[in-house]
Amino acid sequence: MFSFKSVANKSRLVLSLSVLALSATLAACGGGEGTDSAGGDTPGATDVAANTKLDLGEDTTLNGAGASFPALLYQRWFKDINAKYPNLKVNYQSVGSGAGVRQFLKGTVDFGASDVAMKDEEIAQVDRGVLLLPMTGGSVVFAYNLDGVNELKLSREVYADILLGKITNWNDAKIAAINPGVNLPDQNITVVHRSDGSGTTAVLTQHLSDVSPEWKNGPGSGKTIQWPTGIGAPKNDGVTARINQTPGSIGYVEYGFAKKGGLNIATLENKAGKYVAPSDDSASIALGAIELPENLRAFVTDPDGDESYPIVTYTWLLAYKKYDNPATAKAVEAMVEYGLTEGQKVSTELGYVPLPANVVEKVAAAADSISPDYNINVAAK
Amino acid sequence: MVRSHIFSITWVKFFMSTPAQSRQAGKNRSQADRTLDRSFIWITRIFAFSIAAVLVWIGFQVAVQGLPALEQFGLGFLFTSTWSPNPPNVELGILPSIYGTLASSFIGLLIAVPIGIGTAVLLSENILPLSVRTILVFLVELLAAIPSVVYGLWGIFVLTPFLGTVGTWLNKFLGWIPLFSRPESGAIGGPGLLPAGIILAIMTLPIITAISRDALTSVPKNLREAAYGLGCTRWETLLKVIIPAAFSGIVSAVMLALGRAMGETMAVTMLIGNSTNKISASLFAPSNTIASLIASQFAEAGGLQISALMYAAFVLFILTLIVNIMAELIVLRVKRL
Repeated sequence: MFSFKSVANKSRLVLSLSVLALSATLAACGGGEGTDSAGGDTPGATDVAANTKLDLGEDTTLNGAGASFPALLYQRWFKDINAKYPNLKVNYQSVGSGAGVRQFLKGTVDFGASDVAMKDEEIAQVDRGVLLLPMTGGSVVFAYNLDGVNELKLSREVYADILLGKITNWNDAKIAAINPGVNLPDQNITVVHRSDGSGTTAVLTQHLSDVSPEWKNGPGSGKTIQWPTGIGAPKNDGVTARINQTPGSIGYVEYGFAKKGGLNIATLENKAGKYVAPSDDSASIALGAIELPENLRAFVTDPDGDESYPIVTYTWLLAYKKYDNPATAKAVEAMVEYGLTEGQKVSTELGYVPLPANVVEKVAAAADSISPDYNINVAAK
Repeated sequence: MVRSHIFSITWVKFFMSTPAQSRQAGKNRSQADRTLDRSFIWITRIFAFSIAAVLVWIGFQVAVQGLPALEQFGLGFLFTSTWSPNPPNVELGILPSIYGTLASSFIGLLIAVPIGIGTAVLLSENILPLSVRTILVFLVELLAAIPSVVYGLWGIFVLTPFLGTVGTWLNKFLGWIPLFSRPESGAIGGPGLLPAGIILAIMTLPIITAISRDALTSVPKNLREAAYGLGCTRWETLLKVIIPAAFSGIVSAVMLALGRAMGETMAVTMLIGNSTNKISASLFAPSNTIASLIASQFAEAGGLQISALMYAAFVLFILTLIVNIMAELIVLRVKRL
């Protein structure tokens, strides 16, 4: 009998594994039980003093999943948070923005993360309400591999035309006109783009749709698009490696990856007609140029300002407006507070863009509504 | 009848006793022994059926999740070369991926089958001393143990630059053949159909070699001896007796390899260039396979795109099924000859 039973269990295990693999979600990891501290501290929770801020009752674990772009930063934050508050543990799985939003919708995680925020119809699916919290920013750069060319300017028309497949050689007159004195070789341009669906692609293509009507009516914008030309490589590091490997190539990656990979980065023309090299400053200025709406969801598809780098984005943390467990709610607020204060200080070091001060305040105000027991304080410490 | 026979043999082996003794034991077995026998049969049955059930369930789930895409795009999905998942004008089709799947697997097998079967013949004949053969067998089987991501990296850093050199040369002299023409995406020596096909050849080699070798060595000795006795040369024995006798084993080796090649994801994704919307005659042009399309896009897909990927997975399922049925038919046909 014992053996029969174990066989039945085994087949059930195999079956459920196959379903797991199919739906490719990590939902079964028990994410729903973010905390196990539902216990008796709740009645007295209201009189928690300010100096014992993380009185969570028992140890609390938060589970999150989502975008891979901010993963490096988040993982650093969550490690540091645990060092600061030993009773708070935060797990983050970088499964991609789309999968992060899906898990967040299903409620299998305590928070999600996405490079493209959430759509209105997705927000409407969550009964508990959704807060979109910008936590950091990033910029998308054009990296290229061209022998002997260490500085390259690209006008908006030129980079759109290269990606559209209309400019196919590096010695094209249009490129030469804006790069006087640069010795451009007679070489085919190989465009390298992402083969996987990606927030990076979404940010770039939203920008392109904004600056080029031809792009808007052609390939359009999205996480995966129909590329007119070029070769696809997976992930930011795949594109970086492919550019490194292919002479005459140009591709787009997050700034941090291009910097880390030692690639040449093109200087781009911004909305004001100035050429701006990507840097922490120029990206931060661009982010500051946009007025965030009530729901904190804004895409900076083409920022104003002379010094703004043109292709920048926020990346969002997705939180529920209400949590069943007060301890979880407090823990989420504490996590957001940490990210907005000490977390911002490490972002430049890891290649991310710190949030402008006014944005930090807005985000803090929004997140403060999650738990009545906790006050987020982002004043300079 | 058959079952009791099998079981008496099992008992013989189990007790290391003579047949007569075991028959004796079989008659006087206790109730516990009989229960053990019966439960063993049931366990093996459940194992066998649960494997089939998993397969059916996967197929069913994939089909159900792909249904919305099937309703939306119909069979046109299979013949469309557009992959544009963004509203308002969503248009999805996997013709380039179907082509890429078949073409890369075909290139892989074109290279792997002759080399694999040749190696298997060498390893099953006594041409080389046994010690050398043992080492060779070990090395070939070791190929199967390399993770596919390592194959992919090797492909990026070693194979593609090498193919760039060879490809440029081929293009220079044979560029008038569409197969060797310059792809419109630019350089020769980037990712494309050829590197993906060659990686698949290397990855399927151990499967073809190991299974073909097993098939060749299990050909009864007296067939070979009879052939020699009739005055056949080694050449004739090999081509007219041994290989035909092992043919069904060799075909299943090739089919297993084809299945692996069609489903291989990681290494191919890294090397094929992932072009979702173009079919190019050139071997150097980027292409895509169904498996790598799904792997690349699933994580960030939403709505109809997920459904379309499931539909694509179902198509891959059917393609593999067709290939397997064809293999069975080939084996049957040859057996009849």
